[in-house]
Amino acid sequence: MSALDLASAVRSGERSAVDVIDEHLARIEARDSEINAFNLVTADAAREAAAAVDAAVAAGKDPGPLAGVPIAIKDNMCTTGVATTCSSKILEGWEPPYDATVVQRVAAAGAVMVGKTNLDEFAMGSSTENSAFGPTKNPLDTSRVPGGSSGGSAAAVAADFASLSLGSDTGGSIRQPAAFCGLVGMKPTYGAVSRYGLIAFGSSLDQIGPFSKTVAESAALLEAIGGHDPLDSTSIDQPAFDLTSVLDRGVEGMRIGILRELSGGEGGVEGVSADVIARTNEAAAALEKAGAIVVEVSVPSATLGLSAYYLVAPAEASSNLSRFDGVRYGLRVDASTTGEMMTATRTAGFGPEVKRRIMLGTYALSAGYYDAFYGKALKVRTMMLQEFASVYAEVDLLLTPTAPTTAFQLGDRTANPMTMYVNDVCTIPSNLIGHPAISVPFGVGDDGLPVGVQLLGPALSEPTIYQAATALEAAASGEGSLS
Amino acid sequence: MTMHEPSLPKEWELVVGLEVHVELATKTKLFCGCENKFSHIPNTLICPTCVGLPGSLPVMNEKAVEFAMRLGRALGCEIHPSVMARKNYFYPDMAKDFQTTQYDQPTNADGQLALADGTVVGIERAHIEEDAGKTTHVGGGGRINDATYSLVDYNRAGVPLVEIVSRPDIRTVEHAKAYVSELRDILLAIEVSDAKMEEGSMRVDANVSVRPTGSDELRTRCELKNINSVRSLGRAIEYEARRHVDLYTNGEAPRQETRHWDEEGGRSTAGRSKEDADDYRYFQEPDLVPLAPTSEQIAEIDASMPVLPAARRARLGERSSVADEVIVTVVERGQDGLALGAIEAGADADKVLTRIQNDLAVDDWSAVTSESLAMLIQMETGGELTATQAKQVLGEMAAGEHGGDPKAIAAAHGFEAMESDELETLVDQLIVDHPDEWSRFVGGDDGDRKKMQGFFTGQIMKATKGQADGRAVAQLLGQKSAG
Ligand SMILES: [Zn+2]
Repeated sequence: MSALDLASAVRSGERSAVDVIDEHLARIEARDSEINAFNLVTADAAREAAAAVDAAVAAGKDPGPLAGVPIAIKDNMCTTGVATTCSSKILEGWEPPYDATVVQRVAAAGAVMVGKTNLDEFAMGSSTENSAFGPTKNPLDTSRVPGGSSGGSAAAVAADFASLSLGSDTGGSIRQPAAFCGLVGMKPTYGAVSRYGLIAFGSSLDQIGPFSKTVAESAALLEAIGGHDPLDSTSIDQPAFDLTSVLDRGVEGMRIGILRELSGGEGGVEGVSADVIARTNEAAAALEKAGAIVVEVSVPSATLGLSAYYLVAPAEASSNLSRFDGVRYGLRVDASTTGEMMTATRTAGFGPEVKRRIMLGTYALSAGYYDAFYGKALKVRTMMLQEFASVYAEVDLLLTPTAPTTAFQLGDRTANPMTMYVNDVCTIPSNLIGHPAISVPFGVGDDGLPVGVQLLGPALSEPTIYQAATALEAAASGEGSLS
Repeated sequence: MTMHEPSLPKEWELVVGLEVHVELATKTKLFCGCENKFSHIPNTLICPTCVGLPGSLPVMNEKAVEFAMRLGRALGCEIHPSVMARKNYFYPDMAKDFQTTQYDQPTNADGQLALADGTVVGIERAHIEEDAGKTTHVGGGGRINDATYSLVDYNRAGVPLVEIVSRPDIRTVEHAKAYVSELRDILLAIEVSDAKMEEGSMRVDANVSVRPTGSDELRTRCELKNINSVRSLGRAIEYEARRHVDLYTNGEAPRQETRHWDEEGGRSTAGRSKEDADDYRYFQEPDLVPLAPTSEQIAEIDASMPVLPAARRARLGERSSVADEVIVTVVERGQDGLALGAIEAGADADKVLTRIQNDLAVDDWSAVTSESLAMLIQMETGGELTATQAKQVLGEMAAGEHGGDPKAIAAAHGFEAMESDELETLVDQLIVDHPDEWSRFVGGDDGDRKKMQGFFTGQIMKATKGQADGRAVAQLLGQKSAG
């Protein structure tokens, strides 16, 4: 039952929200020890919130568009009085005194949080293996990773632990796990969703977005969390999107560009597997069949995204993660001086990938290296913005694979960080230029695991993206025998 | 040994630049809604943002930006589009372990400050930044590295500051002191800060070096911190300059470092050397948007700018011939408007200004108006009041006696000028009554004459209960003895 059907059943009083939540909690109880999607299951609070929804329905009050819908929240978003860990030892014991704006908004929409989901520590990773609480497994094949860093949120929806979930996407952390778990995952335009209460990784790249099984559910959740927030200065001053009413408008006459550099084309990025390229081409054909005009386009700087990203994101992270110093909250490892205490705390509290990125970022910002590294990465961002802008003069949206491969085996890529980093090669450009992008499941790979294709659009093109995503979704289900 | 250190030997010239931090008197802090005020109870004026809790975000206080621009314009600066930057360093009272400040794109640049004597000091920049909390180190030597423990109060964290950086244009201790006084007067006049050095809302660091007189080189400078008053600033600069001269004289050289001024000991002690200073890894603050003041905003600031102290002094200078110090004092006390009004109302300008400087050094003089002051001065110049009486009447006017009306106050005391024939009758009578004294006045040596003038004046004052004009008495005695 989709989140939207659940909500309407709860709103009409046909189903009790408490029953819905109990059903999901039972599934979590039965299977999460295997999957490890959750860092914390908030069963009591969820039942309480569900009871409040039922009470509102009984009292004839509007319980919100997502009434009684179980939702899982990535554990890097603050929840009042509920441990928020970023899957790091360094935040041990910390309970935020406030809610992230998105947490407030989903609650206001009537959704019920069932728990906080696992992630790569501080959202740094592409497999959810860099967690202080152990890896999350892909519910579709537990020998495989669910993707990352929002692997817990993806797994929670894929395993029916929750109807919806929220992830954060700094370089692909929503879209890539969505692709690996056969879900719809959306990274909105930078500034479309408030970051207030999201524990920062790369502040100029981070965006919160929805996971769901269908495009329509994704649209409904984005409508609920989007819109201006005065607490986030980078939040765009405009009302929440109207997406659900435009979903069925089709793609007749829409111009879709296949982005050569990210789709296995000549001069593009290497390592995109043949089955993924095939699915992407089939998705293009399906859109064309539905009335879109499909052309091949080129954005040469798209190939530079990965290098620029691995300077910008670590640089910002090195500064954002300075505050975890043992002084005010979380872990403290005592030592004889304040400085030594800070060092001891950070040494014990951060995992190896986080330390690697703090070092990378510190180096990239250092006097004498700034221009060669961070400064150059900023120039790449500017160049990419210009090139994407000119390509959007020709086409409405772009189509690429979401990830180079389907979900890989646990432990396969942990030895060499570079093999992990290239996972994000197709998703990173949207973060660097602040544009929206969605991953929609489209068939399966040679291994039978889902393949995701990605639709990219210019800033605030969410309605167009959701329109095309709906068409893709329809084509994918209509041609379920693809491959 | 003299109490006063002699000034520098004439072959050496002092070179000083000042960095002044000013707390802006906004209602709330720079990036959050916490009250910007002093509290004796630690950590009572704090929130997630100013304590740098994970997930919190800054929102720029527009009033603080306006105040900063006001100050910039008062210092003749250009206002530029600007960005906030992060200055990264670990310190427990810096909640995020970075300070949000301005680096290569400050709001205000290239201004100047004219001192009362006409000397112009260049202003390099006046940028916006946040204050840190306060750390108290307990035990050990009271410093961070040997304390038993340290306590941090974040009430001050996030208080808006402007740092005004002068060019190294200051050549004397007097000018350094005058610069700070002038800056304070401007801050008070434009109402952006209470500018109290003793309370820390204005903090002065001095960059001091010396060079051979006549040379235009800039030698190694030391930055003096912990200067808590204008007097202390003078002492610190003098001490430091002599220290440099002594080093050079001995064939040594100072090293570039931060030094701590010890007011009690009257000396500076070495702090951290600049060579092993932190690399602050500045980069643009991604959580805030650039500041882009419009020309309308700047025009509005200019239009609302009050007349500044320098112009106010010039206004009085044009109308009087008193010494500069008199005007400086009157303007500093904010009594120049009062003086100007009295002068316009026809009172003698020099008398008005000296009377105010000498006899209106009170906190509250609101009962004195330009009209009543003009009347008082006219009564004095017209001979209705003696100088002593005028002083007394002004004191009572300030206290609001008799509605502040000088005529009523004078009448209540029976202060009335004696007609000159009345005074002459009195003098004639005294000459008759005291023939011996009179002959000593007429025929004695200078000593006798002086003594006897005192005697006769005393007698007359006694007879008139002090109402006689001393100068008129002297004049009469002279006439009588000559005639
Ligand atoms: Zn605050």
